[in-house]
Amino acid sequence: MSSTDDRHTISCLVENKAGVLARVAGLFSARGFNIDSLAVGTTENSEISRMTIVVCGGEEVLDQVRKQLDKLIDVVKVSDYRDVSHVERDLALIKVKTDKKNRSELMQICDIFRTKIIDVSPQSVIVEATGDEGKIEAFLELLEPFGVLEMSRTGVVAIARGEKILSVRES
Amino acid sequence: MELTGAQIVVECLKKEGVQYVFGIPGGCMLPIFDVLYDSPLQVVLNRHEQGSSHMADAYSRASGKVGVCMATSGPGATNLITGLASAYLDSSPMIAITAQVRTGAIGSDAFQEADAIGCTRSVTKHNYLVKDVCDLKRVIQESFYIATTGRPGPVHIDIPVDVLKAKTEFEWTEKINIRSYKPIAKPPIEQIKKAADLIKKAKKPLLYVGGGAILSGAGPVLNEFVNKTGIPVVWTLMANGAVPFDNPLNFGPLGMHGKYVSNMAVQKCDLLISCGARFDDRVTGNVSKFALNSKKIHFDIDPASIDKIIKVDAPVLGDLKMALEELMDLVPKGKLSSWQKELEELDKKHPLQFDLKDSKFVKPQYVIQKLHEITKGEAVVVTGVGQHQMFAMQYYPCKYPRQFVTSGGLGTMGYGFPAALGAKLAQADKNKPVICIEGDGSFQMTMSEMATAMRENIKVVVIVLNNYYLGMVRQWQEMFYQERYSGTALTAPSGNANKGQEADPGQIPYVPDFTKLAQAYGAKGIRVTKNEDVESALKDALKSDVLTVLEVIIDPKEKVFPMIPAGAGLDEIIVDMA
Repeated sequence: MSSTDDRHTISCLVENKAGVLARVAGLFSARGFNIDSLAVGTTENSEISRMTIVVCGGEEVLDQVRKQLDKLIDVVKVSDYRDVSHVERDLALIKVKTDKKNRSELMQICDIFRTKIIDVSPQSVIVEATGDEGKIEAFLELLEPFGVLEMSRTGVVAIARGEKILSVRES
Repeated sequence: MELTGAQIVVECLKKEGVQYVFGIPGGCMLPIFDVLYDSPLQVVLNRHEQGSSHMADAYSRASGKVGVCMATSGPGATNLITGLASAYLDSSPMIAITAQVRTGAIGSDAFQEADAIGCTRSVTKHNYLVKDVCDLKRVIQESFYIATTGRPGPVHIDIPVDVLKAKTEFEWTEKINIRSYKPIAKPPIEQIKKAADLIKKAKKPLLYVGGGAILSGAGPVLNEFVNKTGIPVVWTLMANGAVPFDNPLNFGPLGMHGKYVSNMAVQKCDLLISCGARFDDRVTGNVSKFALNSKKIHFDIDPASIDKIIKVDAPVLGDLKMALEELMDLVPKGKLSSWQKELEELDKKHPLQFDLKDSKFVKPQYVIQKLHEITKGEAVVVTGVGQHQMFAMQYYPCKYPRQFVTSGGLGTMGYGFPAALGAKLAQADKNKPVICIEGDGSFQMTMSEMATAMRENIKVVVIVLNNYYLGMVRQWQEMFYQERYSGTALTAPSGNANKGQEADPGQIPYVPDFTKLAQAYGAKGIRVTKNEDVESALKDALKSDVLTVLEVIIDPKEKVFPMIPAGAGLDEIIVDMA
C-alpha cells in the first residue's frame, strides 16, 4: 500500500471555456480529493488550457482522480507522471524582512539557490525563486530566520522530457 | 430560415422526437411557452418543478427515450435540483431546460435570478449556459447526445431570456462532434476473453445485476446468457425485471433489505460477475467483509466505477449488451445444478415471509403480494422511498426491463407519484396498469401532482401504505436509537412535550384523510383497514377509470426484514426480530 501522503502531479488538457475551472475544482471538493496546488494557463493551442494539479493520496486515489477528471465533458486529456521522466517548476515571490545588517547574507543564500532579488526596500526585499517544490521548500527554510513577510506561489507546472507530448492532436 | 431562440428550442425538441414537456412557465420562460402554445409538443403542467423533474426522469426510465422538463429562472430552476440529482445517481437520461435572466442582468441579483448552472453542476452529467443564440442548436443536440450515450445522465441547459428572443439562421443537421467526449461502447475482446476464462474455471459463479443492465437494453441477452450457462442471478433495486422473476435461476434482490439467499450467495460464490452494478454501499454492506471468497468480473461502461469500491480481477469496459453477446459464444453450456441446489436450500431455509395474523392492521407485504398475483407480475410499478419501496422490491419481482421505476441512488422521498405519472405517459402499451406504491410520508411530499394527473387525465393507481410514520426512520429508531421516535410520527404531535406518545391508527384523526383528499381533486379514494378487504379493493382500484388513491392502514410497528445493519457484512443479515 502506498502512503496517503504521496503526492502526484496530474496534467490535464481542457477546453478553454467559461466554467471549466469551476467544474474541476467542484469535482475535487465533491469527491473529497485533496489538492496541494492547481495551476491553469493557456497552451500552444488557444482553444485549450492546461491544468496542472498536485494531489495527495495513494495510487488508488490518483487512479480515481484521473478517471473522474476524464468523465468531465470539457476535459480533453488527462495524464500523470508516474514513471515518466519530467520536469516540474513552481515559481514563488517571497517578501523577506532584511535591512543593511543582514542583506548581504541574504544575497549569498539567494545566489546559492540561483534565485533573483527583484525589488529592494529599506526593510525588505522581494525574491523570485523558481524550481521544483523541494528546492523552494529548502530555500524557504533558510529564509525563515530573516522573517518571511509574504509569499505568493504559482503552484507546480510540469512537462515530460523528450519525445512524450501531451496535446490534443495526438491519439 | 431565421428563428428566435425559443423557436429553435422547440424545433430541436421536435427533431429529437420529444412528445411531452413537463414544466411550469414563468417570467423568463415566457418565450418558450409562447412557442409551445401552437406546437405539437404536449405541455404537462405540474404543480411544483420537482414534480416536472421526476416526471421527465421516470418518462426516460420507463421508455428509454429522453424526458424533458422545463422551469423558469431562479426558484423554478432550483426546484429542479432534487430531480436532477435523483436522475444523476440512477444514470437516467433526462434534459432540463431553464430560462435565465437576460444576459446583461446576470450577476446583478436580478429578480428571480439564481446561478442555475452553478447549482446543478454537481448533480448533472453536464450543463450549459447558452449566451449566444447561434450556439443553441449545437448545445441542444450535444445535450441529447451526452444524456443518452456512455453512462447516461441528466443534462441541464440554462438560456437567458434575451437569447430566447434573439434570432438566427436555423438549419437542422444531424452531425455532432465533441472532441472531449468519446464514450466507449464496444468492449475490448481481450477483456471479454479474460472474463470467459474466469467463468470457465468457476464452480460457484454468481451474476450480480444492476441498473446498467436495464440502461443498455441487455435484459433479453442476459436472460439468454443465464439460461445457457446456468449461472444464478441476484439483482439490485435498480435491476428488478432485468431477468424475469419466474426464471428459476433468479434468486431475487440482494443488499440491505434483499433476500437471505441472495446475500449469502454473494458470500459463498467463487466468482462474482457484476453486470452494470457499481458496488453501492446498500449492496455491499461492509466492503471489507464483502464476497471475500470470490474473484470478480466487473462489466461497466463507466471507467470510474471500476476499482472505485471493490478491486476486481477482470474489468470489462463498455456496453453490457454488446459484451454479453460476445461472451455468449466463449462460455460453455453450464451444468451448475449442485450450486443452484445449494442456493435453493438456502432460500427454503429463510424465504421472504410474513405472518398475516401478527397485526390488527393490514400487512403491507400481503397487499403487494396480492397486487403481484392480480396483475400477474406485469404492471408497471413505481415507488416512493422508504419501507414501502423495500416491500415493493421484495414482493413485486418484475417480468421485463423498465417495469420497475424507483429512486435508488439518491433515495428521493416524493419521487413515486410524479414518476408514476411520467411512466404512464411513457407507456407504449397503454393497457398495462401503472401502480404507484407510496408511503404516507413520501406521498405527502409531492401529492399536489394529483391536480396534474386529473387535468391531464393520467390514470394511475396510488397505493398509500399508511403507517402514520416516516416508517423506515422509525424502524431505525426502534432498532438502533432506543425507541426514541424523534420527529417521525406524522399524525401524533411530534414536539418534545409529547415524548413517548405513539400514533395509534384508528384512535386519532387522519392527517390528512387521503381518501377525502383524493376526492377533493376529483379522484377516487378507497380506504382499506383489513386484510380480507385488500383483494376486492385492489380490483376496484384497477378497474377505476380515474386516478385512484387506495389508502391501506398498516401497523406503525411493521418493519422491513431481512435487514443488514449499516456497516455489517452480508452474512450478518437479520432475518427477523425474533
